[in-house]
Amino acid sequence: MSTKTEKIDRLAELTAQTETSSGSSLWVEAFRRLRASKMAVIGACIIAAFVVIAVIGPWIAPHSPIAQTWRGDVLPNQNVFVGPRGGNWLGLDHLGRDEFSRMLEGARQTLLVGVVSTALGFAVGAAVGVAAGAASTLGGRAGRRFDSVVMRFIDMMLAIPSLLLAVSVAAVLGQSLTTVMIAVGVVQIPIFARLLRGSMLAQGGSEYVLASRALGVRKRRIVLGHIVPNSLSPVIVQATLSLATAIIEAAALSYLGLGNPDASVPEWGVMLAQAQSYFDAAPSLAVYPAVAIIITALGFTLLGEAMREALDPKLRG
Amino acid sequence: MTQPLLSVDELTVTFTGRGRRDVQAVSGVSFSVDQGQVVGLVGESGCGKSVTSLALMGLLPDRGVRVGGRAEYDGTDLFGLSPSRRRALRGSQLAMIFQDPLSSLNPVVPIGVQVTEILARHRGMKGEAARKEAASLLDRVGIPDPRRRLKEYPHQLSGGMRQRALIAMAVACAPRLLIADEPTTALDVTIQAQILELLKELVDQEGTALLMITHDLGVVAGLCDEVNVLYAGKVVESAGRRDLFAAPTHPYTHGLLNSIPRLDAPRGEPLHPIRGSINDNIAWADGCAFAPRCDFYTLECLAGTPGLSEPRAAGHQVRCVNPVLPGSAGATGGTTGGTAGLEKTEATS
Amino acid sequence: MLRLVVRRLLQLIPTLLGLSVLLFVWLNRLPGGPAAAMLGERATEADRIRIEAALGLDQPLYVQYGRFIKRLFELDLGTSSQTGQPVWEEFTQRFPATVELALFAILIAVAVGIPLGYFAARRRGSWLDVAAVSGSLLGICIPVFFLAFLLRAVFAVQLGWFPSFGRQTTGINATEVTGFFVLDGVLTGEWDASWDAVMHLILPALALASIPLATIVRMTRASVLEVLGEDYVRTAESKGLDRRVIRGRHVLRNAMLPVVTAVGLLTGSLLSGAVLTESVFAFGGIGSFLRTAIDGRDYPVLVGFILFIALTYVIINLLVDLAYNLIDPRVRVH
Repeated sequence: MSTKTEKIDRLAELTAQTETSSGSSLWVEAFRRLRASKMAVIGACIIAAFVVIAVIGPWIAPHSPIAQTWRGDVLPNQNVFVGPRGGNWLGLDHLGRDEFSRMLEGARQTLLVGVVSTALGFAVGAAVGVAAGAASTLGGRAGRRFDSVVMRFIDMMLAIPSLLLAVSVAAVLGQSLTTVMIAVGVVQIPIFARLLRGSMLAQGGSEYVLASRALGVRKRRIVLGHIVPNSLSPVIVQATLSLATAIIEAAALSYLGLGNPDASVPEWGVMLAQAQSYFDAAPSLAVYPAVAIIITALGFTLLGEAMREALDPKLRG
Repeated sequence: MTQPLLSVDELTVTFTGRGRRDVQAVSGVSFSVDQGQVVGLVGESGCGKSVTSLALMGLLPDRGVRVGGRAEYDGTDLFGLSPSRRRALRGSQLAMIFQDPLSSLNPVVPIGVQVTEILARHRGMKGEAARKEAASLLDRVGIPDPRRRLKEYPHQLSGGMRQRALIAMAVACAPRLLIADEPTTALDVTIQAQILELLKELVDQEGTALLMITHDLGVVAGLCDEVNVLYAGKVVESAGRRDLFAAPTHPYTHGLLNSIPRLDAPRGEPLHPIRGSINDNIAWADGCAFAPRCDFYTLECLAGTPGLSEPRAAGHQVRCVNPVLPGSAGATGGTTGGTAGLEKTEATS
Repeated sequence: MLRLVVRRLLQLIPTLLGLSVLLFVWLNRLPGGPAAAMLGERATEADRIRIEAALGLDQPLYVQYGRFIKRLFELDLGTSSQTGQPVWEEFTQRFPATVELALFAILIAVAVGIPLGYFAARRRGSWLDVAAVSGSLLGICIPVFFLAFLLRAVFAVQLGWFPSFGRQTTGINATEVTGFFVLDGVLTGEWDASWDAVMHLILPALALASIPLATIVRMTRASVLEVLGEDYVRTAESKGLDRRVIRGRHVLRNAMLPVVTAVGLLTGSLLSGAVLTESVFAFGGIGSFLRTAIDGRDYPVLVGFILFIALTYVIINLLVDLAYNLIDPRVRVH
């Protein structure tokens, strides 16, 4: 008797030593890989810093971002600008406003445009994608026809370059901050729709879906309970990457004069566009918002790319 | 005794992933292949049999892998050769057939080019001569209408035809050693038999030595002269085919044979899978890796690595402290559940 | 092949039809449309009726749409409200400049991106790989207009290595044959004119190439990495083939497939980028023209431009599709 327990104990002890890690779920595993990825950590830190600045920035700003307090100190027409000095850490802009305070305030606007427009694109695009994907995988002949009509429409949207789509939206709705957000969001719709649909079609053809159907699981349950959750990961990655694109796209709209018409509200894209006129005399005024835009976009891109790698089944070891 | 064509001595392959613990996939494998002999390497997936074949061919990635031990081919040390000398040997002297014929063929290059390129490399054949030779090779492996097939792409061929095409490439330069890594696993049962028949024929005609890597004891029974059973990166039993099937001595080999369903078994007779999986093992340094799954396990099994012994007939070696003796066979079947010992055991019935 | 071309062309019809309806509605029915724009804010009811009659807006919708389509087929896109010239003529005049710029940019992106992506993948984890990956990530994060501006400020204005605006130095008086200045110079043997045009192209093309370049590098790298792990590459190795043959025939040929598709899809962003780059460099192509059209709310030009771009995009992707058919036998129709 005692040898038997000894046998078992000794074996258990040795087996435990060679235990391989397996069986953790996809998301847990993905998160573990994300934490180990330098790209993800850097990206997440940038994003965290950006969000914190966007939230508390306006409160900690030392001066009003709008008041032209030092209007007399700068003469843009004669190339007289004021660089960093005590009290104005980043100097003054071309209207004598505190650049540092404007940068802080601008973070909030930039985040707002990025998040709202991506959320819009995501929501509409995902809805269209789910409808088309579900119709195509489980809707039979009529479903596939519906899917092909919807996709034709989506293709049409893809055929119009993003900036022009934004121009059209801005032209129809008039110029406002809302327009910028809608314009940038509309551009994202076809991307999300295509991605989610494609991913759903791939899932729809997989054997577990076939098995559920054979078992008589209700179609709605198959779509919402199985296909959609399993199709989401590429879309979530895309959403992260889209935040970067949205910020850059919004800056481009500002540059084309289609941004927020209320120029007193500081936004990095507008600030960059305006500063380019004075680039020779005061290059730093363009560099601050440009670097801020680039770093923020880089943060979202890094995190998105790292997520893509972490979720890619081919790279999972 | 003449020198064997290939002799492998204490081969080890270690994967050294960055930031991870080293994993030893092959830990001291020794065997030899004589001219014209068919030798089997048998085991479950994960036992190191494919890694062994890739190491011999020199197809393991450069980084993250450490290969130890010796492998002598025709008197030359394979691991000591320069990369370009090994490259010259591959395809001409040593050739390999892989498991999945579809993914092993380049999808965007016509079959003909994939055959002629090896003729161009090792036999210096070009143009029409190469095409003619390629067609006759395809003909030899039983592909009808070879001229037309040369222009076709892999996706236009059936699974069996693709494997035949891969075999044609492997034998194009009349290699002296052919390594076949589960050449029939991805095929239908009827096609499997045809491909095995073809391999046998080629080997008999040309006197090519064949190293057959498989999990399928049916394949072993039909083809191999000598068999090496691998478990967790070590040979646990090696014997001639007759000896192995007549008197399996290692509990693992024993379990493998027992787990094959038999048509002549009485109705209601339960199957006898080996319990657990290849992941339930202990390090060889601590004892016998198979101990956790073994029905004959005793405390002595945990006293360091068991050595290869020579219990009975010449050439029949076993690595076990408590070998199964003749007569006790079939007395104990592990009926305690768990997964089937072999992948696709059902296919072998 | 011909059947495939015809089928793809037929598939375009619904897309273009839908697009024309969308544009028609936008142009004629939405607030902020041309009628409203023409009227301004202080228009009276009588003004509105007069203008709507003049534009034919009082007729039934299908009549209006029919007329809209008929005019499209006659290449009558209306007159630009800024220049008073027919939109079609304005386009054909500026078209070669933009095409030249876009071609140059895509050429740079392909010529640099594919080798860079390939070698980054071959030497995964090396400094070259790290540089290529971080460079391409940075490349997609820099706003195109800022990059264009920066290049211009540094290399044209400060260092003076390149001209800072336009397509041609004034006073060169090159003979115009096709409107593609580089090609014109070659055709007429005016080599200095060709050289001058190339110098004018380099900076804007570099700026415009940033996003396609970054995309191609990343796609090529990912694709090569995937192919390197494929069984057929291992088969090729097992045959002992030359490295050169393995790289070209077995790795690159397969790895290029997704990249070809990506290049087609880049057209859209390339044309968006052209609007921004051209306006920084006052390049005188369609992009610069559009910039002024946006400022002046020049609707006929905007509509014409969107139709034109959509058509270009669709045609380029059709060509890419056909090219893909040629190189990937698996999708070939028999």
